Amino acid sequence: MPRKKLKIKASIDYLSIIDGKGKVDEALDPKLDPKLLLHIYRLMMTARRLDERCINMQRQGRIGTYGPCRGQEATHCAATVVMEPEDWVVHAFREPGSFYHRGWPLETVLKFWGGYEEGCQPPEGVNDTPIAVPIASQVPHAMGLAWAMHCKGDNHAVLCYCGDGGTSEGDFHEALNFAGVYKLPLIVLIQNNQWAISIPREKQTASETIAQKAIAYGVEGIQVDGNDPLSVYVATKEAVDRAKSGGGTTLIEAVTYRLGVHTTADDPKKYRSDAEVAKWEKLDPIPRFQKYLKERKILDKASIEKIEKEILAEVAGAVERYEACRDVDPMDCFDYLLAEMPQELVEQRAEFAACIEREGVGLGH
Amino acid sequence: MSSIPATKRSSGNSKSTPPNGKFDAGAGGQDSGTGSMTMMTMLSAINRAMDDALRTDDSVVLLGQDIGVDEGVFRATADLLDRYGDKRVIDTPLAEGAIIGGAVGMALYGLKPVAEMQFSGFAYQAFHQVEQHMSRFRNRTRGRYGMPMVIRMPYGGGIRAVEHHSESREAYYAHTPGLLTVIPSTPRNARALLLESIRHPDPVIFYEPKQLYRAFKEEVPDELEYMPLGKAHVAREGSDLTIISYGAMMRPCLEAAEDISEADGASIEVVDLLTVSPLDTETIINSVQKTGRAVVVHEGPRNCGIGSEVVARIVERSLDYLEAPIRRITGFDVQFPYFARERAFLPNTDRITHAVREVLAFE
Repeated sequence: MPRKKLKIKASIDYLSIIDGKGKVDEALDPKLDPKLLLHIYRLMMTARRLDERCINMQRQGRIGTYGPCRGQEATHCAATVVMEPEDWVVHAFREPGSFYHRGWPLETVLKFWGGYEEGCQPPEGVNDTPIAVPIASQVPHAMGLAWAMHCKGDNHAVLCYCGDGGTSEGDFHEALNFAGVYKLPLIVLIQNNQWAISIPREKQTASETIAQKAIAYGVEGIQVDGNDPLSVYVATKEAVDRAKSGGGTTLIEAVTYRLGVHTTADDPKKYRSDAEVAKWEKLDPIPRFQKYLKERKILDKASIEKIEKEILAEVAGAVERYEACRDVDPMDCFDYLLAEMPQELVEQRAEFAACIEREGVGLGH
Repeated sequence: MSSIPATKRSSGNSKSTPPNGKFDAGAGGQDSGTGSMTMMTMLSAINRAMDDALRTDDSVVLLGQDIGVDEGVFRATADLLDRYGDKRVIDTPLAEGAIIGGAVGMALYGLKPVAEMQFSGFAYQAFHQVEQHMSRFRNRTRGRYGMPMVIRMPYGGGIRAVEHHSESREAYYAHTPGLLTVIPSTPRNARALLLESIRHPDPVIFYEPKQLYRAFKEEVPDELEYMPLGKAHVAREGSDLTIISYGAMMRPCLEAAEDISEADGASIEVVDLLTVSPLDTETIINSVQKTGRAVVVHEGPRNCGIGSEVVARIVERSLDYLEAPIRRITGFDVQFPYFARERAFLPNTDRITHAVREVLAFE
């Protein structure tokens, strides 16, 4: 047998609708309903203001270590709005706008970073998973949810967030491999923010793009400008429509940038240049989207200010509500572990109660 | 007294003598009330439990490598693909992390996945899913999401298997809060415990002693039967010394108890833990307070093994009752040898008998 070339499907779309300078490709503009555009804008602004507030609160010791999303607002906010309530959203940890859109009270984000399990408790009727800190291990859960939908014949889909660092984890690979085999209704959205703490994207994988990994799994793949909410929306919508019509899984690589620290415990000056950050500051998704909305006469100076005030009030309200429920019962660490408390834990709980009684401590902060 | 036949004397079948009140007949349905029994191996009993669960609960799905067309490398899932189809008996690609992580997602959606790890030695690829997610979802979501799922896996030595196929690492799971670890010892309790594990609202590690898969048969009721988790079983009553064990080690323990009864006239009680986490402290303590002497037996390594916890609880709660130091007969704290050496390595009847006699002789 001679050596020959195997024909492998190998091309990946790149999508950018509003470019870095705010110029719109009219042919690609989905001309979304102004209400939806405004909603995405509000989510992005809420994520940014909450983010800023969280960093301040961490500095003041009012929450613990915080992982900000500054620069990545378009990526997560424009994707989550595509999902229906009966769909599932599987989160990583830089998506406060998605939680807010899906009906999680804003203060749940504060509760998580403030050290309270209550920050992981979805509101009744909300089909989402809470913040997931271990990298990429949430992707198999998203795959399993989509698998269950497939087994039960339910016409829903799952959106899963993951980062560029996560694509090096076995779980990312395993989940996409399974999803490809079973043609599951799954959308894995990689927020490629260029840095996994100190490891740059080019040292994470030798692949030219993350999106092209889709080819190997036999699923659809696309790379989009993650700082352009329209591109993110269009790619996610196409992927969800395809998933719900039996077309299987899509891997979306949203190219974005972490403008802030990895977490408040991180100093990015140790591994990246100010010049690089400055370059990406110019590509900030928010001014770009404002420009687009102004050009479409959906926003003007007055409405921007009005929305800004409303969001600041909403964030302030969330902070108040968070601080009002910080007195928690440390004893309840026993209460949710298992459906039925074994005798050993009944006894340990009593022992803990006696400790608290004797030591006179009790509040969780 | 026991439903476990001794290894040397019995080549085969034993009459089932379930302790009163230990088994629950299934409530209602076509299965109850007939009273008929079928002789079967532990493997068939495990297969029967999964068949029962698939038949009686539409939310149950099985997943794992080679469980469908191949019916499992031990044939634990024989006939189930044909009966229930590939949406409920699912052959998966080869990746333990995605099997367990995927099962977590299925459980979030309301299914009751029963995942098979082909051998417990490969389950470490999925350990992060067990530790970081499966065991935590209920607590971290304040009870909003339970994790009704079971991970079945064959463990232990004695079948001349290749490297990585013979270890007993139940202590890893017992050390993890938020899950239960169940280890059956006979066909009948394997079936009843697996059925209970599948309907249980919390995640269960179902650790199957593969040495016993085809070792002997026992009568198993045709009707549905459940055994509560977290309850030990007094497999043999006695008054002079308590042997505490579980899984495949129950056979040499019962044999040692019989040998000593016959030869020495001593009366040995044997406690079968059945669930190694959470431990049934009450049954252990009641027995040791009665006998005053104890020997703990397991295959797994001694250091921080299940025996360590059993001994600690006895000492904490019954020191005054002890008439002799407690002995542990366990795997040694070394790597499980390749199978050429495993017969010598595994705890056996002679080793247990010797330890029991020493503890009995202590004054």
